[in-house]
Amino acid sequence: MENLANIQVIQNIIYIMSSVMFILGIKMLGKEATAVKGNYLSALAMFFAVAITCLSLEIDIKIILAGVLLGGLIGSLIAVKVKMTAIPEMVALFNGFGGLATFLIAWSQFNEPDNSMFQHVLVMLTIYIGGITFTGSLIAYGKLSEKLKLGKGSIITNVFISFFYLSMPALIYVVIEPSLIGLVPQLPSYFVIFLVLTLMAGIGFVMPIGGGDMPVVISLLNSLSGIAAAFAGLLLLNNVLIVAGSLVGASGLILTIIMAKAMNRTITNILFVGYASSGHAASSEEQGEVKPITSDDAYLILENASSVLVVPGYGMAVAQAQHVVREMGELLEGNGTEVKYGIHPVAGRMPGHMNVLLAEANVSYDLLAEPEDVNPSMDTIDVAIVIGANDVVNPSATEEEGSPIYGMPIIEVHNAKTVFVLKRSMSSGFAGVQNPLFFRENTRMLFGDAKESIGQIVAEFKD
Amino acid sequence: MEMYVLLGFVLLLSIFLGLELISKVPSTLHTPLMSGANAISGIALVGALMLSSAGQMQDILAFGAILFASINVFGGYLVTNRMLSMFKKK
Repeated sequence: MENLANIQVIQNIIYIMSSVMFILGIKMLGKEATAVKGNYLSALAMFFAVAITCLSLEIDIKIILAGVLLGGLIGSLIAVKVKMTAIPEMVALFNGFGGLATFLIAWSQFNEPDNSMFQHVLVMLTIYIGGITFTGSLIAYGKLSEKLKLGKGSIITNVFISFFYLSMPALIYVVIEPSLIGLVPQLPSYFVIFLVLTLMAGIGFVMPIGGGDMPVVISLLNSLSGIAAAFAGLLLLNNVLIVAGSLVGASGLILTIIMAKAMNRTITNILFVGYASSGHAASSEEQGEVKPITSDDAYLILENASSVLVVPGYGMAVAQAQHVVREMGELLEGNGTEVKYGIHPVAGRMPGHMNVLLAEANVSYDLLAEPEDVNPSMDTIDVAIVIGANDVVNPSATEEEGSPIYGMPIIEVHNAKTVFVLKRSMSSGFAGVQNPLFFRENTRMLFGDAKESIGQIVAEFKD
Repeated sequence: MEMYVLLGFVLLLSIFLGLELISKVPSTLHTPLMSGANAISGIALVGALMLSSAGQMQDILAFGAILFASINVFGGYLVTNRMLSMFKKK
């Protein structure tokens, strides 16, 4: 008996140690110079926490080895094989698996005899959050990898949305169920119904949310998976689970808030309203003519430019144009032009999406600037090149009060001397708002696939 | 019950600590931070290892929890590391 108590003390000491390492690790992950070390430190913390837990196991070691080895193999394979452009959906998928793990932990805890009332409440909450994280992340994965095309308005989506709303009273019911015994007739197998409803609810939660709002959803799901782990920690009375889970919950929450701010919308508006019902602006009628341009002309203008700002968006990811963009940037620099990249926080499909793509293409990260850095000096920029971005450079956001995106901080490329907009067609952006930038006096439209268009400019430079 | 109050205290403090630690992150690191945090949420693996083993159903649940948490842990850390190794200053 004393031996067992000793083991518990040792375990708790190691748990505290790994909690400290997780805290330092995530702090280091937030700075460029220390990020790699931070990730190692947190991996080491994970190793210690897992290893020390193995001192007191109830489960058959064969089950554990099989689970860890198989899971490790699958996870490593996916991580090594995945293309950098598929990172958003990958993160969503891993996140979903974390949610599923907590869902199963809580389910197993439910099967334990003599849970106290408080444990019962924790079990239900953990199942609910973990389950929603799991299926919600799977739907986010489907949407990001473009395997799932269903959106707002379809019947299937509406069915799942009603499951989402049904799941809330169901949660209340299962939480108070033990205290109802004898008062109301018992619903047979209420627990199984709750499990299924929770999984359906996750689908209904994410399905109506559009692609452009995915940075917010991914951050939020990330936060939820942490909160689920922290709740599981409370349930199992384990401090490292609580600390690590809370850290993840907090970091996801911060990213969610940063993303929502970058769109100038509230989180509830993004999750439950969407752009469609924010009302249509009637004023953007007087549009005028667009001025198309060819790659040859674009090359001639760029050759004489002394400063260029590249503003990428989701279109660059779709066209896989990041490598030619980097090549063009290097050629311009070789020509004596100052090149910068203006990155909007919500450009792309996840927080920091453009930064990852440009890093993959070997663009030095000190060339990447945020909107606050580039906007004040925008009028000194000779050419701003917008590649597959739309809403984040829409001047309506600063000028047109009735516009659905009014108030959203943008990269004000319209103040540059010349703007090139690389675009496949004249369709409007995710927000469904027409972009007056395209009709400005200083804007030139370069229609076509971004990769090809820039490839042609690069070829001209090389000649 | 005392234990829960104490751990609830730990929970709240950790959330505040997390909010303070991460409030200023350059946008370059948004994705690695998210992916790194995601790997940490694989700490559920520790929870999965603490489960009891009474009957086949419990074994299946434990195996599932261990399997999926492991995918989260290994995949999360490796992908974050791969991503970070691309961020270079020239």
